[in-house]
Amino acid sequence: MGDRIFIEGNEAVGWGALSAGCDCYFAYPISPQNEIPEFFSREMPKRGKVFVQAQSETGTIGMLYGAAAIGVRAMTSTSSPGWGLMQEGMSNLSGARLPCVIVLVQRVGPAVQNLQHAQMDYKSVTRGGGGGDYRNMVLAPSSVQETHDIVQLAFYLADKYSNPVVVLMDALMGHIFEPLEVKTLDFGPLPSKDDWRLRLRGQRKDGKHIVSPAKGMAEGYIDYLRNLREKYKSMESEIRYEGYMIDDAELVLVAYGYCARVCEEAVNEARAQGLKAGLLRPITLWPFPYKDIRDKAAQGCKFLVVEDSLGQMVDDVRMGVEGKAEVSLVDITFRHIASEDGMIMPQRVVEEIKRLI
Amino acid sequence: MNKKAEGPKKEKVVGTPALFVTEWWTQFLWDMYCPGCQTPLVGRLIAEAIEELGIGDRAIMVMGNGCHAYLAGGLDFDVTSGGHGRAPDIATAMKRVMPDGIVFTVQGDGDCVAIGADALIGALSRGEKITIIMVNNTNYGTTGGQMAPTTIVGQVTTTSPQGRNPDVEGYPTHAAELVATFRGVSYSARGSLHTTANYRRTKKYITTAFQRQAEGVGLSFVEVITACPPNWHMTPIESLAWIEEKAIPDFPLGEFKNVTHIE
Ligand code: SF4
Repeated sequence: MGDRIFIEGNEAVGWGALSAGCDCYFAYPISPQNEIPEFFSREMPKRGKVFVQAQSETGTIGMLYGAAAIGVRAMTSTSSPGWGLMQEGMSNLSGARLPCVIVLVQRVGPAVQNLQHAQMDYKSVTRGGGGGDYRNMVLAPSSVQETHDIVQLAFYLADKYSNPVVVLMDALMGHIFEPLEVKTLDFGPLPSKDDWRLRLRGQRKDGKHIVSPAKGMAEGYIDYLRNLREKYKSMESEIRYEGYMIDDAELVLVAYGYCARVCEEAVNEARAQGLKAGLLRPITLWPFPYKDIRDKAAQGCKFLVVEDSLGQMVDDVRMGVEGKAEVSLVDITFRHIASEDGMIMPQRVVEEIKRLI
Repeated sequence: MNKKAEGPKKEKVVGTPALFVTEWWTQFLWDMYCPGCQTPLVGRLIAEAIEELGIGDRAIMVMGNGCHAYLAGGLDFDVTSGGHGRAPDIATAMKRVMPDGIVFTVQGDGDCVAIGADALIGALSRGEKITIIMVNNTNYGTTGGQMAPTTIVGQVTTTSPQGRNPDVEGYPTHAAELVATFRGVSYSARGSLHTTANYRRTKKYITTAFQRQAEGVGLSFVEVITACPPNWHMTPIESLAWIEEKAIPDFPLGEFKNVTHIE
């Protein structure tokens, strides 16, 4: 067993990346994720690894592209406004099929607003957001330990599928303090990057390599798109979710990040009152566990989506149930106080559970 | 811009540097350039400079977006190209991971000082030890000749049809002079290729820029004024005269900074 430290989610991102052997981190300050760049500015130079503070998020995502193109493990992190600036870069990374990790600690929007938590970037993260037709793989942790573990998984999946992977958090997940066991996880062997990564000319063992989003032109554009589609399809084998008291549930709550923690408490409270509620917590937000939701719908379950936005993931749940089950929503307007500082409290969720069962 | 149906002979031109003109180039990239375009000459000079300095085995390159980017297939180095203007960001990461590498970008004027101005300034203020070659044809060539930050006053483009009017559109950006003001820069120069003498001088500038990187001193930068005859609505020969008479009075040639170490 490794050392246990008491630490916040943002720093767990850093420890997870170090455990994964991350070679480079690119920084641009933005709240509420500044502990991440500060962590790397401290830890990377000690280890002879690369830390660069860029001029903007267009810069960090460009640097991520450069590092990924030469085949090293690289990461950046940001919050919602910075995520907006990264979209062209995300499209380029996907188009060039470059493995890398982006941590997004969401905050309230639209636009700048203030620095508090929210879950408003679900759609742009899971659907793409830059130009063109592409998908990011998206993982959502809901504890400090899971954050650390998921960052490692993200590096693994990025390398496995040669695709950017986004770790989607929120300000509460970034700032929550919990015990963490730092340990390197082994997910198994990975394909070599040697047949595509860029090298100095003297290190080449085969011909010239070109990494470019426009490489599709050389391999045949429609074939390139077909290959992308097949890759996205094959990622469905990575679908992960956690079920909590779900087997006999009449009402299935669906939530990720901090809302999943809230829902866990709400389920406990509902069960104490004899109400058969359960929680399905998607860990991969894309690919999304449509099939598992469809199976629950086929068993006659109703659904309650709890998310701190005007309702984004709820569309995926509706797609999953294919009209065969009732889907309700607890959204950001259910916060306990009507300001950026409010949050969705378990009591409000329990009230909804009571109303629906 | 269109690829012709019939290519020329596929053998190398006599005297072509070994690092220039790859298979890719002879098969389908050589004729991506318009008649009289001087961008391929920039590629040639880069290849010659790197070859003469004996640093070819350490080189890797990043292209911007624009006509210059076809050099990706001409120069025999591993290459990438990302978003428009992002080349200095990409090169930064490569150089930080491979400090012994000779990492350079080739960018157009729009790529470098318009859409990529933040990336350029970022790399300059961090003093990244990379080399940036900026091909300045005073307009957006690939997209059909729109106004660029480098378009000279009075120059007609498709988005300044009355000629660039300083009251409305301001004045040209002088990249080489701007770059020279940064402390983290070892070298900044502007050359042209419109006469043999200038061609030779520009080769010296490019060679010095790469030498500074090989010495590990700061960021090195060369701006090269190049002809873009179709978008200038001129013949190649007229384009050379226009460079002499119109472009150079606005864009003085020479070295703006040249230091072998930075205090
Ligand atoms: S448009 Fe201009 S820069 Fe582009 S290839 Fe033609 S002449 Fe060269």
